[in-house]
Amino acid sequence: MENIEKEPLLSAKNIKLLKNPLGQDNPITVQVLGICSALAVTVKMKPAIVMAVSVMVVLAVSNVVIAALRKSIPGRIRIIVQLVVIATLVILVDQFLKAFAFDVSKQLSVFVGLIITNCIIMGRLEAFAMANKPWPSFLDGLGNAWGYGWILIAVSFFREFLGTGSIMGYPVMEKLGVYNFGYEDNGMMILPPMALITVGIIIWVQRARNKSLIETK
Amino acid sequence: MENLVNIFVKSIFIDNMIFAYFLGMCSYLAVSKTVKTSMGLGIAVTFVLVITVPVNFLLEQYVLKKGALVWLDESFATLDLSFLSFIMFIAVIASIVQLVEMVIEKSSPALYNSLGIFLPLIAVNCAILGASLFMQEREYANIAEATAFGLGSGIGWLLAIVALAAIREKMRYSNVPAPLRGLGITFILTGLMGIAFMSFLGITL
Repeated sequence: MENIEKEPLLSAKNIKLLKNPLGQDNPITVQVLGICSALAVTVKMKPAIVMAVSVMVVLAVSNVVIAALRKSIPGRIRIIVQLVVIATLVILVDQFLKAFAFDVSKQLSVFVGLIITNCIIMGRLEAFAMANKPWPSFLDGLGNAWGYGWILIAVSFFREFLGTGSIMGYPVMEKLGVYNFGYEDNGMMILPPMALITVGIIIWVQRARNKSLIETK
Repeated sequence: MENLVNIFVKSIFIDNMIFAYFLGMCSYLAVSKTVKTSMGLGIAVTFVLVITVPVNFLLEQYVLKKGALVWLDESFATLDLSFLSFIMFIAVIASIVQLVEMVIEKSSPALYNSLGIFLPLIAVNCAILGASLFMQEREYANIAEATAFGLGSGIGWLLAIVALAAIREKMRYSNVPAPLRGLGITFILTGLMGIAFMSFLGITL
């Protein structure tokens, strides 16, 4: 307990916690976490944004709770403790969505529940919150949820734009009048496999620009 | 009977856990480096699915659903506990995985050693919880249908991971562009496999 002097709330180290997951430490494209429930919700932008916000709430709050409890959780049963905290938060989010955004909640169907087993959340709790104070954990949660969210929103943007010719449900292509020149929507983009291929291409672009991420065999 | 076969075939090919719903992608991407380990994980997942889906079905029917507790007392007819289903399902899954782990450790140490860390990780595999949630959403009529669905999803997952592992073993000899190596090409491969699987769409018996 030597260095009593307080760290500023947004010190350089903390800013890094927020920024790194956006690019070089991205949960989806670099750490390969949380793909499970991510791709299925990217057909349209609206559910993707709702999903990203839900994950952000659950991840930030559960990180804080686990970081606050970290000294009193027995090592052997920590997984169960973490699951209970996550499941409780997910139930809250699910009930909230059912009450205030029923349409989106129906579209997301089982994928709200699947936030429980989203590996990002377990991964961050294990790797970060169990060893750090609540405030850095909160920032780490926010940062990682952002990193996850922007990939989700980017994928859904391309899928909605190329697949149905609209952005956030607004028919851009129709308003621009490009259908008159013989342009047609690519129905393939709405189908599940194209989500995977879009993510593959995002990874390709990211790694081509940042050579340090390239995997060596 | 025909209905059961239909659910079984449908959950393997059409509603494939990986290609249609992207469930269990984390372990699917991480463990698909060799055919042998992916086979082991696939079998373990199938095994856990066959047990958890019917157990959660019973839980749903006799405890959680609206009016499900009538068998205890008539006054429970309006009680709706379905908001508890996430936490109940995940508790059942975690304890069954623990149980399976103990049984395998006692009865077949060789299999236990080859599965290693993957066995406990099945508890947080989205395919397992996903199957239980789909079972709840699709409202299967009886326990046989739920079991057929669990078995089918498991086999579909096994098929997908073993196929990907086989392709990745061959990929080692091909010249992939450097930024695409590893994760990137795996995503694109899975996408292409998904397109192939879409040709099963619309099959009914």
